[in-house]
Amino acid sequence: METILSVEGYAKHFLLHDRGKLIPSAANVNLSVWAGRLTALVGPTGSGKSSVLKGIYRTYLPSGGRLLYRDAAGHVIDLALAAEHQVLGLRQREIGFVTQFLHCLPRQGALDVVAEPLVARGVPRKDARTKASTLLARLAVPERLWNVSPATFSGGEKQRVNLARGLIAHPRLLLLDEPTASLDPRTTDQVVELINEMKQQGTGILAIFHAPDLVERLADEVVELALPVAAADLIEDMT
Amino acid sequence: MSRILEVRGLTKVHGRGCPLCIEATGPDSDTNICPHCGSVVAAHDVSFDLHRGEILGIIGESGSGKSTVVKTLYFDDAPSAGEAILFDDAAQYELFALNAARQRWVRNHRFGMVYQNPHLGLNFNVTAGGNIAERLLMSDVNHYGAIRTRAKELLARTEVLEARMDESPRKFSGGMQQRVQIAKALATRPPLLLLDEVTTGLDLSVQAAILDLILEIQHELGTAMIVVTHDLGVIRLLAGRTLVMKYGRVIESGLTDQVLEDPQHAYTQRLVSSAL
Repeated sequence: METILSVEGYAKHFLLHDRGKLIPSAANVNLSVWAGRLTALVGPTGSGKSSVLKGIYRTYLPSGGRLLYRDAAGHVIDLALAAEHQVLGLRQREIGFVTQFLHCLPRQGALDVVAEPLVARGVPRKDARTKASTLLARLAVPERLWNVSPATFSGGEKQRVNLARGLIAHPRLLLLDEPTASLDPRTTDQVVELINEMKQQGTGILAIFHAPDLVERLADEVVELALPVAAADLIEDMT
Repeated sequence: MSRILEVRGLTKVHGRGCPLCIEATGPDSDTNICPHCGSVVAAHDVSFDLHRGEILGIIGESGSGKSTVVKTLYFDDAPSAGEAILFDDAAQYELFALNAARQRWVRNHRFGMVYQNPHLGLNFNVTAGGNIAERLLMSDVNHYGAIRTRAKELLARTEVLEARMDESPRKFSGGMQQRVQIAKALATRPPLLLLDEVTTGLDLSVQAAILDLILEIQHELGTAMIVVTHDLGVIRLLAGRTLVMKYGRVIESGLTDQVLEDPQHAYTQRLVSSAL
């Protein structure tokens, strides 16, 4: 089985200059993601699950460890050290991220928001919009909303738009941050079905889930994170 | 890799300068004025690459040197040191080594500039259409009909009413003046556009429309852009990568989402946390 991503000893902490504080966010995280399989990240709030995803996507600069990604051409790249243009290229072509909250351009209709990753890859806008409408329909987003900006949508509607946008371009590596947090059981089933299709098509997925039944239904591998310990606390313990 | 611009060690010192200028200024010294000779170090050792079709943001407060960078690139100001190479389709130009005539050629044909102050970018003594014609004439389009058609096209694209094409931009609102400036900058279909605080001082709704227009242009024409602003919202909306400047130095650079969510430098952390 092809490993797409292996994370070795990932660590992330934040240095807040104004307060002179070092805030730990994740430490010693090890995991792998394989093509066509889903690795689930679980653990209590504050254990650094999102921090792992953001480190891989380089929204955070990793503080330590290696994030070895094997790209479509078979080259292995350490995402922690990759050049900015390299990361931008991978985001455009290979790595998708469905964040917890939808970040999109304002004043743009839902259909265009969803179609955007395909347009960025050079697919004609018309074809991209057709595909976007198929996805939105499958996720039961009412058609009357398709040309409205998601800014006014409910939490669940925004989340589905976000998900559709993450899935549309069939990334090789998909990062999901609680993709079903505010969805009803029926829509959740739809999402499970879509994620399973992505797996069958060979996408490797790293996902954060809170609901244990989702982990059971979707995960091929489970990685549990523990709360990171602040260095200051460690020093206090020793003295 | 398709680079369009490479800037290395760009430096601009206003004044006679002394050997201690660089050492005695910058974010650590909390000033850009040399205490020894009184020279102003507007920018020092600024380096970056720009790729085709990419939008690079430069953010910083007044006096950080962000405008100095685009002004030297557009030849409005001569740098004190450093080099910049423009990679055109077939040719390469070492911008600061070109003679004045070649610099003018590059400026008129390959660059577009939009200033915060429309007075700098537009000639208020001629009409809106005339402003665009001026730029087309400089880049060797001489046929009256062709110029008129292209000016109409550009003003329509930037949503300036055709009926007002023969009026001086003096009579236009701030937002419309910026649109005319953008139309003028785009006249020669330049591969590189420099935008200096283009939305500063405009109403929010007008700002939004101008920013949307800039994004549409980037999508349609694949124009590379350097966007200088003090507004984090503009950077978030437009730029894929961002440089943060303070007292003439680049103190931090990175992917825009990373700079905003995981700023490394104390100043950037303050800047991000003080955003509304």
